[in-house]
Amino acid sequence: MTHIVEIKGMNKYFGKLHVLKNIDLTVEPGEVVVIIGASGSGKSTLIRCVNGLEEFESGKLVVDGHALAPRGGNQKALAEIRKEVGMVFQQFNLFPHLTVRENIMLAPMKVKDTPKTVANATAERLLNRVGIGNQADKYPSQLSGGQQQRVAIARALAMEPRLMLFDEPTSALDPEMIGEVLDVMRELARDGMTMMVVTHEMGFAREVADRVIYVHEGQIVEQGKPDQVFDNPQNERTQAFLSRVLAH
Amino acid sequence: MEFQFQFDWQAAIDSIPFLLKGIPYTLLISFGGLLIGFLLGILFGLLSINKKWFLRWPATAYIEIFRGTPILVQVLFIFYGLPDLIGRPIDPLTAGIAAIALNSGAYISEVVRGGVQSIDKGQTEAGLSLGLSRSQTFWSVVWPQAFRRMIPPLGNQAIVSIKDTSLFSVIGVGELVRQGQVYIANTFTAFEVYFVVAILYLAITLSLSLLLRALERRGVASV
Ligand SMILES: Nc1ncnc2c1ncn2[C@@H]1O[C@H](COP(=O)(O)OP(=O)(O)OP(=O)(O)O)[C@@H](O)[C@H]1O
Ligand SMILES: [Mg+2]
Repeated sequence: MTHIVEIKGMNKYFGKLHVLKNIDLTVEPGEVVVIIGASGSGKSTLIRCVNGLEEFESGKLVVDGHALAPRGGNQKALAEIRKEVGMVFQQFNLFPHLTVRENIMLAPMKVKDTPKTVANATAERLLNRVGIGNQADKYPSQLSGGQQQRVAIARALAMEPRLMLFDEPTSALDPEMIGEVLDVMRELARDGMTMMVVTHEMGFAREVADRVIYVHEGQIVEQGKPDQVFDNPQNERTQAFLSRVLAH
Repeated sequence: MEFQFQFDWQAAIDSIPFLLKGIPYTLLISFGGLLIGFLLGILFGLLSINKKWFLRWPATAYIEIFRGTPILVQVLFIFYGLPDLIGRPIDPLTAGIAAIALNSGAYISEVVRGGVQSIDKGQTEAGLSLGLSRSQTFWSVVWPQAFRRMIPPLGNQAIVSIKDTSLFSVIGVGELVRQGQVYIANTFTAFEVYFVVAILYLAITLSLSLLLRALERRGVASV
């Protein structure tokens, strides 16, 4: 029972659409799991289930010892899970009415009653860590996309999460800013953060992932070490997908 | 026969002190009503987007009823009708404030609904994913952004409500128009007096417009 995430036989529907089919997946502490797959295959839905942004219809989902029930049951576990799991979105979703500093201080102060001075010190430390210590008093709209996404990562880290979820964190970025965000993520992984990352950055996946998972039409059809999945995919769907994306 | 009309400046100026006595009532009914209307608007606006039908339905009914009937009928109903029901008279000032509150509340509900729904769902998801509760997410993430977007339509509603108070002369509240009518009954200087009345309304609404524009400019700078 040392898994951070344990998913067993999970099914998820959007109306009649069967989006996740009988998913089995465990993630161990410190592991970096990269999830790849075609558009609409259910990658986002899968990681959004992990912090309860989506409800599932059946199966088992345990995150750091807290068991979520199907259809949004067990609100207490959900609240605990959200405190322990950070999430970074494709569109950053920074709070535009708050400064960068306030974006980062908000959750620790509201959720954990962290004193303001402590939250402020944490915000500054994290901003330095993601390389934008001098932007604390700007508003998100005054930053570049890459800087905004780094603030979003710092904001999630301020809650000292046990697990970080990334949903295509670089897909909305101009190409020249992708590197700076991946650098931060690489460093996080090196520092031992447990991460579930949905991305199309195959180079990053190959370099950083401990495990790559290929999702096809709501099912995990292949998983393994990056070299294994990228160089020697067993499933023909994986082969077809990889030859398409690696051709670019 | 030649009809000659001369604007009598002296008559206009003479009427001012008497008319000014109406302004406190106009302001009291407008802003008292709007303040309560704002609270009603938040309450019913939020209820109208609640997932639970038994909360949503009464809110929608309230909004439709008070937007769909004339405010003049509403104030007449409150002033002349309600006393029959509750068995004691309602003073005109209370009736006026209640009418503005209920009427503006219905429109403000729609403003609140629109403002809240205009905020991207990603904001709520970001708040929740940080561990904030639903209500913390709403009040510290969604509401401040929605409120900023609500300022222009709220200002609009305030101006409409201020002008609506002029109808309440019919129940005898001594607001601006009523003061004008009383004055004219003695002096027969309708043209001059209503001209001054119009100017006084304009002074109130223009000050409000300027104030709101300054407020908006401050809000825009930080978003
Ligand atoms: N809120 C929703 N309501 C209905 N259907 C949805 C909803 N969200 C996603 N879907 C559908 O569920 C399926 C899986 O969507 P999901 O967003 O998980 O895919 P994805 O693998 O993340 O795709 P992408 O690479 O485009 O982000 C798709 O068919 C999508 O249209
Ligand atoms: Mg997706």
